[in-house]
Amino acid sequence: MQPTAARFLNILVPIKRCVDYAVKIRVNPQQTGIDTNVKHSMNPFDEIAVEEAVRLRERLKDKVKSITVVTLGPAKAAETLRTALAMGADSGIHIELPESAPPPEPLGVARVLRAVIERRKKMATEEGSGTGGGTTDLVIMGKQAIDDDLGQTGQMLAALLGASQATCASKLDVDVDKRVAHVRTEIDGGAEELVCTLPAVITTDLRYVEQPRYASLPNIMKAKKKPIEKLTPTDLGVDVTPMLETIKVTEPPKRVGGSKVGNVDELVKKLKESGVVAVA
Amino acid sequence: MFSSRAAARQLVRHIKRWQHSSNQPTLNSVTSDDIAHFAQFLPQNSILSTLSPIPVAPSELEQYNTDWMGKYRGSSTTVLRPHTTDQISKIMKWCNQRRIGVVPQGGNTGLVGGSVPTSNELILSLNNMSKVRSFDPVSGALVADAGCILEALTEYITPHNHIMPLDLGAKGSCQIGGNISTNAGGLRLLRYGSLHGSVLGLEVVLPDGTILDNLSTLRKDNTGYDLKQLFIGAEGTLGVVTGVSILTPAAPRAVNNMILALPTFENVLPLFKLARRHLSEILSAFELIDRTAYELAVKHGQGKGLSDEEIEGAQCFVLLETSGGKKEHDEEKLNILLETLLESDSPLINTGVLSQSPAQFSSLWKLREGVTEAVSKEGKAYKYDISIPLASFKEVVDATREQLRRKGLLHENAVKHVLGYGHVGDGNLHLNIVAAAYTPEIEAALEPFVYELVASYKGSISAEHGIGAMKTHAMHYSKSGVAIDLMKRIKHVFDPHGIMNPGKVLE
Ligand SMILES: Cc1cc2nc3c(=O)[nH]c(=O)nc-3n(C[C@H](O)[C@H](O)[C@H](O)COP(=O)(O)OP(=O)(O)OC[C@H]3O[C@@H](n4cnc5c(N)ncnc54)[C@H](O)[C@@H]3O)c2cc1C
Repeated sequence: MQPTAARFLNILVPIKRCVDYAVKIRVNPQQTGIDTNVKHSMNPFDEIAVEEAVRLRERLKDKVKSITVVTLGPAKAAETLRTALAMGADSGIHIELPESAPPPEPLGVARVLRAVIERRKKMATEEGSGTGGGTTDLVIMGKQAIDDDLGQTGQMLAALLGASQATCASKLDVDVDKRVAHVRTEIDGGAEELVCTLPAVITTDLRYVEQPRYASLPNIMKAKKKPIEKLTPTDLGVDVTPMLETIKVTEPPKRVGGSKVGNVDELVKKLKESGVVAVA
Repeated sequence: MFSSRAAARQLVRHIKRWQHSSNQPTLNSVTSDDIAHFAQFLPQNSILSTLSPIPVAPSELEQYNTDWMGKYRGSSTTVLRPHTTDQISKIMKWCNQRRIGVVPQGGNTGLVGGSVPTSNELILSLNNMSKVRSFDPVSGALVADAGCILEALTEYITPHNHIMPLDLGAKGSCQIGGNISTNAGGLRLLRYGSLHGSVLGLEVVLPDGTILDNLSTLRKDNTGYDLKQLFIGAEGTLGVVTGVSILTPAAPRAVNNMILALPTFENVLPLFKLARRHLSEILSAFELIDRTAYELAVKHGQGKGLSDEEIEGAQCFVLLETSGGKKEHDEEKLNILLETLLESDSPLINTGVLSQSPAQFSSLWKLREGVTEAVSKEGKAYKYDISIPLASFKEVVDATREQLRRKGLLHENAVKHVLGYGHVGDGNLHLNIVAAAYTPEIEAALEPFVYELVASYKGSISAEHGIGAMKTHAMHYSKSGVAIDLMKRIKHVFDPHGIMNPGKVLE
């Protein structure tokens, strides 16, 4: 007989393929966005989320029943899923967007994630557990993506699900039997210790002591054989068309070189000239 | 301030120098009159001297007088930092007339004591010669002042999608003129060849002040003797390199790297052959790091290490890099190699990791490039940079360790580690002995032991770091008397008064 599902943990980790953080961002010539014909890799905050999920399994062993990674993005985002699978996730879901689609907004992404979670629950009740479906007890995701820096998706998802939320987490422990998560979160000037009942949405900060692991060769090989399910937003009944319209993207004005002034009078004169100080 | 011990050491070295160079003419010290002369054509901030009229504290010259390892120390009173070739010409002309010894200095990252004076020679720093003169994006020919920092040149040509043909751990400080003067090899030699191939031309100020303008950007030029080759690896003993013309290759569009953990050294060679067969033209680096070197790099924070399970039972590690034109093509090749490695019945590797992002790519490289720095943080290093047949890398490391054990010097207070790492692809091993302090006993245990060992394999006692002040007496282990004699005659043609970097390369 199957033990009651309540004593296990199904983890979902949403991840995003972003322009790599080492790349110098340039505005495209049409001024509609940034030049994306550059190196991409997994959003560093998401990498930490994957790492944390894998570490939870290392600590809790069999109590972590599944780690599923999900991404919303163009065909190439599948590479990012493979990286997460090589780090130790069990399966992936790729909600594919056309190459030309505008980047979805946080609310659209949160709705897609909610639909994924509901679909898995439905599948589980229809087919019985153990087929990739089931409840989602914990969502671990980056606190923000380094491309748009919006930092809203996690909170929106928690609200849509009516789940607990802990943002900017720097430490996470789960008591599976009591069904609570102990989270340390980063706040201005210190840290906060939270206890969340499951299900919960946790967003990760960068303050982890250790960097995420490398993908080992045997795991890279294994990852090639792990399942990735392909869906579209339409399959999930979600419209991800952005509600905001981007009119124009420009670079911030170039910093102009400063100059040295000889004395205070000169300084005041310059400030007045540049309109920083009211002309008395 | 000089401690009396340091002063005594100075004296010993001094005497030694005169003993060795009995047939060398006596050189003069810099005087305030010389400074007054230099002040006629050099701006004030180009002169740093403990002599009048504007004496500075000796401590301000410390960084110029001490080498990167803190092993060699000069007692120069004067550093000149000219801005132009013309100023260098005037300096050399004066020093030649006055018989003042001159040490050209680049980034001062050399590892054989070549960049600091053996006594009180004048230091000619190239720091202010740091302008790019031209870049041709079609041919890739870059012409720059010799004092340009290697990394700055890389940054300059990156937007043009070109890279420098050489790369080394010291890139943030070393200068292109220093690289050329030491004929630095580094991490890309396997792919882009040595500087003897990629340098197109040089501008050199000869010891008498004459400017030899050989700054060609031509790929092919067979008119007479190829003079520039003489200055590549001359370590500042024939003239001052002031300008460099160098061919830069197009930047690869796809790069990958991985670190492989090997159960035994014996597998390094078969692995190299296998990698070369599967990856052929995209294989751009194949670097060895033995277990001790790896652990020192991790200990001293040089990049994130592998997990404990991954390094378990590994005797050494290999860093392998590919550079190619198309990601998919390279990945396909890598995949076949990985499958072959992992599915073999008698696997050559335990496991390995493949970088997944530019950040991981640099982190893996740091584990190899950072060994030099880690070693210097761990203690005082005796560095032997040798070329020997690949198959004997481990034998040499083990034999050296055994020698130190036999002499009772292998313990916490003497020699802490004996390690090997290096450019397997080029047959170049860095044998490092990390000691608590530099002592005569350790040196006596290592030399001529290491040199004789290398000679027994018909190897070279200096694969890439040069001779400097460290190995002048050992040159004969790798070069015949005829060759050394010819070198001395060449030196005499260029520098009859022996003012250029005295006491270096040739005895
Ligand atoms: C961390 C680290 C890693 C290294 N890795 C490598 C490596 O992988 N491969 C390798 O080959 N070497 C390596 N080296 C040593 C290497 O020789 C130097 O780093 C570099 O090539 C020297 O450049 P530099 O500008 O610092 O020269 P310096 O140290 O200043 O000088 C070196 C020699 O060249 C002469 N010289 C310098 N500039 C001129 C000039 N303009 N004209 C005439 N003579 C000049 C000096 O008199 C001296 O004899 C490494 C060193 C460090 C510290």
